[in-house]
Amino acid sequence: MDYSESSQIEKAKHKPWVKTSHWIITLSFLILVFTGIEILMVHPRLYWGEVGNELTPAFLEFPISRNYQRSDWEEQIPFFDSEDSPVSAGRLGEEEMFNQNGWGRSLHLLAAWFLVLTGLFYLIIGLLSGHFQKHIWPKLKELTPKKFFRDLKEHFKLKISPPTGGPQYGLLQKLSYMGIIFIALPMAIITGFTMSPAITAAYPFLLDIFGGYQSARTIHFFTSTSLEIFMVVHVLMIVLSGFKAQIRYMTIGK
Amino acid sequence: MKKKQIITRRAAISTGVAALGALLIPGCNRPMPPNYGNILRMGDNFTYAAHRALLSSKSLAKEYSFSDISSMPATGTINPADTSKDYFSEAYDKHLRTGFENWQLPVEGLVARPGSYSLNQLKKFNARTQITRHTCEEGWTAIAEWTGVPLRALLEHAGIMPKARWVNFYSYDGWLDGLDLIDAFHPQTILAYGMNGKNLSIPHGAPVRLRLERQIGFKSMKYIEKIVVSEEYIDPGDYGWAWYNGF
Repeated sequence: MDYSESSQIEKAKHKPWVKTSHWIITLSFLILVFTGIEILMVHPRLYWGEVGNELTPAFLEFPISRNYQRSDWEEQIPFFDSEDSPVSAGRLGEEEMFNQNGWGRSLHLLAAWFLVLTGLFYLIIGLLSGHFQKHIWPKLKELTPKKFFRDLKEHFKLKISPPTGGPQYGLLQKLSYMGIIFIALPMAIITGFTMSPAITAAYPFLLDIFGGYQSARTIHFFTSTSLEIFMVVHVLMIVLSGFKAQIRYMTIGK
Repeated sequence: MKKKQIITRRAAISTGVAALGALLIPGCNRPMPPNYGNILRMGDNFTYAAHRALLSSKSLAKEYSFSDISSMPATGTINPADTSKDYFSEAYDKHLRTGFENWQLPVEGLVARPGSYSLNQLKKFNARTQITRHTCEEGWTAIAEWTGVPLRALLEHAGIMPKARWVNFYSYDGWLDGLDLIDAFHPQTILAYGMNGKNLSIPHGAPVRLRLERQIGFKSMKYIEKIVVSEEYIDPGDYGWAWYNGF
């Protein structure tokens, strides 16, 4: 890299397509978190494998709605004569259950469409324009333990550099953005696909790679949690590095 | 040195818009349920159009082995003969008392030979048995074995007409719901009278329920009372839930 090229990169500001997709994805993500919590509240139990319901044990149950540890059921009737037969039971008192999935699910999927389509647009332009190569993927010489730990130490001391107004990112910043763009968001989307009966009928391997519907649902939950943690840290870093300036650079750009 | 831009903003935007349009075209010449001017229902219809455009209409839902059969809660209506409920059905109550002996399933609308089928007549059709996963909108799942008559066989027996586009189901507990012909003719779409090797129980929809394996559980309507084939979507009104639930 010669000097003139590097100074040109120093001056680069956030591109309009980056800013636009950033804010569409932010809004979609907030709606997805909100409706995701609503959907989890309806059935606040997590399982592994293909099957999980109120007549089978959960490995995790959250006390986040009145559906938590419900036990209002008709008598259990075994399907077969065997001792360990699976059972059926009729649910009682369903009127008292929490369920806002009518709008919750439709809004979750509507926001997911915006996330998926904007995400695709972002990935394609990011690759073709060289944005990822130039700004997101760490340079080989940056990737040394010494530089990594130095950056980590600075972060723990809350020494965050002021914004440059463009995509001139530190090493930790690049690594976390890579994690979000190439791992966490795609994982949230693909595990989401695995919860669609229509999509898994067309692509059954999705159920195989995650070990079943309920495993995909559980991974979807933990991936979303990691995205939420990212968002909190991201906003914290924005505040520490100069909230007003950062918001200005990411919107009107001055 | 200034690099030549491989992709301009204008090119990117126009490609994106064209791609979106391409996604919607197959949905446009397809009959669509109304969106009631509701942005959520617009999203549901977009999902429907996208699934029909992008996913094979012939793909089969995963089938499991007998040992995968699991416990299964019965939710929603668990007995339409319960007098304490709004959905109480006198007709269902009568059939229940006589062991569904006089129960008949009318198939009406755009069919050459409208008529009614008794349980025994339905059982004379070649049966299909499948072990599939029920995926509830709430988030739970269960695997069961279902036995019944493929809806396609019944529709062909009744002589479904070429201008038919929708197959609509009415239930004893007061629901109305529709399927497009891709779902209605799908090999795993069956009118099930058997579950896990026994007659379908009352909590699970006796005597006959729908099994629609590529959509969310509540689309597999229980306690079926009547089937009506139509050219136009029979509108149950916006009751707050998606009409299409492939997701």
